[in-house]
Amino acid sequence: MTASRRTSEHLNWLESEAIHVMRETVAQFDNPVLMFSGGKDSLTMVHLARKAFHPANVPFPILHVDTGHNFPETIKFRDDLMERHGLNLIVGSVEETIASGRAKEEQGPDASRNRLQIVTLLDTIEEHGFDAALGGARRDEEKARAKERFFSHRDRFGNWDPKNQRPELWSLYNGRSRKGEHFRVFPLSNWTELDVWQYIRQEGIEIPSLYLAHERTMFERDGVLLPKSPYNDLRDGEKYVEKMVRFRTIGDMTCTGAVESTATTLDEVVAEVATTQRAERGARADDQRAEAAMEERKRDGYF
Amino acid sequence: MEASSMDPQEMDVLRFTTAGSVDDGKSTLIGRLMYDTQEIFEEKMEEIERNTQRDDEELELALLTDGLRAEREQGITIDVAYRYFSTPNRKFIIADTPGHEQYTRNMVTGASTAELAVELIDARNGVLEQTRRHGFIASLLQIPHVIVAVNKMDLVGYSESRFREIVAQYEHFAENLDIQDITFIPISALKGDNVVHHSDNMPWYEGSTLLHRLETVQAESTRNQVDFRFPVQTTIRPHQDFRGFAGQVASGTVRPGEEVTILPSQHTSQIDAITTLDGDLDEAGPSESVVLTLEDEIDVSRGSMIVRSRNKPDVTRQLDADLCWMHEEAMRQDRPYVLQHTTRRTQAYVSKIVYRTNVETFHREEADAFVLNDIGRVELETADPLFVDPYKLNRSTGSFILIDPDTNETMAAGMIRGVATDVTPFGQRAQEQPDEETDTSPNVVWEGLQIPREEREDRNDHKAGVVWLTGLSGAGKSTIAKAVEERLFDKGVQTMMLDGDNVRHGLSGDLGFTPADRKENIRRVSEVARLFFEQGNVTLCSFVSPYQDDRDRARELLPADVRERFLEVHVECPLEVCKERDTKGLYAKAEAGEIANFTGVSAPYEEPADPDVVVNTDEDDVEACADQIVEALEARGIV
Repeated sequence: MTASRRTSEHLNWLESEAIHVMRETVAQFDNPVLMFSGGKDSLTMVHLARKAFHPANVPFPILHVDTGHNFPETIKFRDDLMERHGLNLIVGSVEETIASGRAKEEQGPDASRNRLQIVTLLDTIEEHGFDAALGGARRDEEKARAKERFFSHRDRFGNWDPKNQRPELWSLYNGRSRKGEHFRVFPLSNWTELDVWQYIRQEGIEIPSLYLAHERTMFERDGVLLPKSPYNDLRDGEKYVEKMVRFRTIGDMTCTGAVESTATTLDEVVAEVATTQRAERGARADDQRAEAAMEERKRDGYF
Repeated sequence: MEASSMDPQEMDVLRFTTAGSVDDGKSTLIGRLMYDTQEIFEEKMEEIERNTQRDDEELELALLTDGLRAEREQGITIDVAYRYFSTPNRKFIIADTPGHEQYTRNMVTGASTAELAVELIDARNGVLEQTRRHGFIASLLQIPHVIVAVNKMDLVGYSESRFREIVAQYEHFAENLDIQDITFIPISALKGDNVVHHSDNMPWYEGSTLLHRLETVQAESTRNQVDFRFPVQTTIRPHQDFRGFAGQVASGTVRPGEEVTILPSQHTSQIDAITTLDGDLDEAGPSESVVLTLEDEIDVSRGSMIVRSRNKPDVTRQLDADLCWMHEEAMRQDRPYVLQHTTRRTQAYVSKIVYRTNVETFHREEADAFVLNDIGRVELETADPLFVDPYKLNRSTGSFILIDPDTNETMAAGMIRGVATDVTPFGQRAQEQPDEETDTSPNVVWEGLQIPREEREDRNDHKAGVVWLTGLSGAGKSTIAKAVEERLFDKGVQTMMLDGDNVRHGLSGDLGFTPADRKENIRRVSEVARLFFEQGNVTLCSFVSPYQDDRDRARELLPADVRERFLEVHVECPLEVCKERDTKGLYAKAEAGEIANFTGVSAPYEEPADPDVVVNTDEDDVEACADQIVEALEARGIV
């Protein structure tokens, strides 16, 4: 019985709101999909989707845009999760996008596939005719997201026009769209990083071990601690060091930084996040490229 | 912040909105709250230091909250932005709405989910037109708590008299608003005075800091806990043996076994189970997302509403509503919109514009159409029935949006007053029904009474009458009325007693304490007194009833030939004595600013010009006062 389970009022409130939004998505759209990165927000989304439609199965497929530069742990964890809960996985491959000539790999020392994901994502959405893509983005992640709607309207090109968003009042979500347009839907809009961690702990959601502190070979670049990987080469003056680290986000290995940490349990992570002095996305090297980096990518249809 | 204090078990959520004019320092205040509660991350601080161009000593806190690039360039915020911070006890969600004058739309959006509003006033400027607009919107959207933060106190030398002056200005215009709880706090967001920490610069201020007030105000106070409403979002049907209905409880609570009615079919059944992934629940309450199953196989789908059989909403195709127009394209009455209400969508026409409200003067104006940022009262006709409650009682089932069926844009937001009753539009009233209250003869409607009052009076062996006790709160009106009633009852007189406590529960349960609502309350009571009068009763009405007009109208409701049987009793007692008595603790709250429009403190009391009886409860005891009234009744031949 749930009645005996100790839960927090604020987490229950956030959970109920997210479930409400997911159900509205299924009710208002013909062909929704859940965008999945393998990170903790995605895992929370999958957990909420299971709750929202229990005892039925999750009524939409899961879409993973694979940059080809993922942590091997991420892929294994993803496949296990899909099998355990009978989820329908669709993989969009950045490698294939590049091979097909639809996009060109960035060149130069700071090359990243983050921007290329957009092409693959939009291609996959179009190929499958998805009219709503559920994402785990939160408004607290970055300034540009503070004004994002739960139901975020995109034009035919997947573009977001920050000045032309529908007002969202009460919990009435307007998901009416024309053919060819689609929506991004963000059920975790009102969550903070700390809420997500507290929720993961409360619900006992399994997360990849990358999120807990572990020994790893790292190197430092522009103040960001990056993992040794086949996709990164050392530059002059850089060297590998063994560090106790954990990741705060899990993305492309080329640009996902870690923080030094001794938090090896969820309780310790929650405590660390509560007191942390580093914003979550600060550890992603590509956001530092420009002040308004996120805003630019959002306009282009980024997650 | 201690790790142990981040145990989430004790945290709840408070949603609030912030409003203020350009340059009132709103962004700085939010930055201050976030900064001082240590939710501002190290690197954001670095970013601010990079961006700060001015040579101010203080950090440019506003840059923390400033969003889109276009706004950064213009230096103003132009859309609702949501911010988050938390303390160990509470998670806060801020809807930060821009102060630009044309953005009423954004204010309304931010207010729609808020339980509290922080209204910023620049201490140098005082109450501006925009302050009035914000107050009106907070009232219209039924935000129960308002904190008026008088900012930039550092620029007026932390002057107490300046603060008091602004409080008085605000209280004056707030008399016309329907806001239950207004608190005033002098702050300097820039310097941090009274935001999170108490200020040494204003020793004269003994109230809470802004954060303390935010942390202690009751959360979830906008949720209706009584009327169970469950709009069905979608059906859950994993296999033939399970048929569940998914939704979020809009209001009230539900338990297995309870008898429910499904709208619109009106079929009844019982709740079988409340299902979740974590197991079945014994009860589900407001805002919980659950799946309900029913005992019987009946037709339920998206847009249906499950309600308790003994407590149903209005089922109607005619709405009386306040509407805020949110789109550049003006309203049209010759085309249908898509109306979205809970999980239901239907076509709707704006069938009538009753009036537009000038949000700065609060005056009602005649209007042909609404354009962007217009607010007013309309009537709508829908293609399918909706299941509605007044917005005042239920935010979830009392709100809707209008969508353009061609562009799919959200055009307007609506707050339901009730079922439309064909109200005469503003401007037409003057010609068609001049001064209806006084010219309509109250006698007309009584012609058809089967048993005339005179026959009842003969049988009762006394005449009908109305004793109207008026006076300040705490003057002793109800106490005296009770004493009088006991004496009359002992004499075999048919009596009835009406007072604020009993009518405000039911008859006037939808009304607040604005002058308009008070007037309406007294009008209803007067009509009820009239009904009891016709039934042959002596009715004792004890109400503060501060306005002479209202009391006169109550008297005029009695037929002219027996109007002397209306006794206006002034229950006199000096204000200081009432305050000392303060039996319900209301004066203390009113003086602390927690109750607005309180007679004697922040609202006027008009003493009776020509009372039939005056009793003084400061000088005489209850028995002596009761004697006076009974004697007056005898003198007029009533008893």
